[in-house]
Amino acid sequence: MHIAEGFLPATHAIGWTLAAAPFVVHGARQVVTEVRERPENTLLLGAAGAFTFVLSAVKLPSFTGSSSHPTGTGAGAVLFRPPVMALLGTIVLLFQALLLAHGGLTTLGANAFAMAVVGPWSGYGAYRLTRRLGGGLLPGVFAAMAVADLATYVTTAGQLALALPDAETGVAGAFVKFISVFALTQVPLAVAEGLLGVLLFRVLTVNARPELERLGLLAPAPEPTR
Amino acid sequence: MTRSRLVTALLVLGVVALVALPLVLDGGTAEFSGTDAAAAELAEQQGARPWFESVFSPSSAEVESGLFALQAALGGGVLGYVLGRLRGRRPAERPESERSREDGGS
Repeated sequence: MHIAEGFLPATHAIGWTLAAAPFVVHGARQVVTEVRERPENTLLLGAAGAFTFVLSAVKLPSFTGSSSHPTGTGAGAVLFRPPVMALLGTIVLLFQALLLAHGGLTTLGANAFAMAVVGPWSGYGAYRLTRRLGGGLLPGVFAAMAVADLATYVTTAGQLALALPDAETGVAGAFVKFISVFALTQVPLAVAEGLLGVLLFRVLTVNARPELERLGLLAPAPEPTR
Repeated sequence: MTRSRLVTALLVLGVVALVALPLVLDGGTAEFSGTDAAAAELAEQQGARPWFESVFSPSSAEVESGLFALQAALGGGVLGYVLGRLRGRRPAERPESERSREDGGS
């Protein structure tokens, strides 16, 4: 989902940067608040950031004969709500833009909007919907991870289509072209990412139950007899 | 406990299968090039004219993969540290027998 450096026209680059900036600033303030008011959650916050860091670094092969990378933003969105991921996701993108020539500074706004704003919010929405429908924490996490991943790539395709409408078929035609590059490749990876999220949260439910209860993800268990 | 381990094993197997099967089924014909690169190629066909160069580009594929590995290592290291700390405090807080059936969410 990284739009390469310089590929968006300047107006689009500026527009997406302006669109993403408030989310990232708000996210940064949320992170500061979280660390200051609930220092006991700092460890988990680090885990959420680290999870995204790992997953977005690994390009995985898919059934279409091309490879792509997961985004890993769903886990943090479930744990700490989406604004926090706006900052963490953007840090990942900045790292890759500066050191890896992957993505870029002119496209940072657009990429952040896709991976750090739309992805986490969509994933969080999927999580809430799953819980509302009676699903447990783990099904919710699976939905969040997979949907955050897919929504990020759909957004990227939309951004590219808006910037580069097809000569004959316009924005819609261009969107179909770009989404067809991503979509099929991404589906198995989104499922794999969902399973990884479930693995992570299985570890957390066993080892970080008090934190998950405080964050409202798990109902407090009846006090075990000690 | 054993059921929990089985579920964990199946989940890991699922992830491995999802990324390994494409490599096996394909029989070595596909190149597994990145979709980001494919999208950039398509963008150029659509008339994109890159107007800004990356401030720093890894000078070779080896350097690039090393930097990607660095990114993954940083993330993996922090994640491992956190999970290790969380895991490490557990036995002090609650005996083994109490946590046997707590996976699966609420």
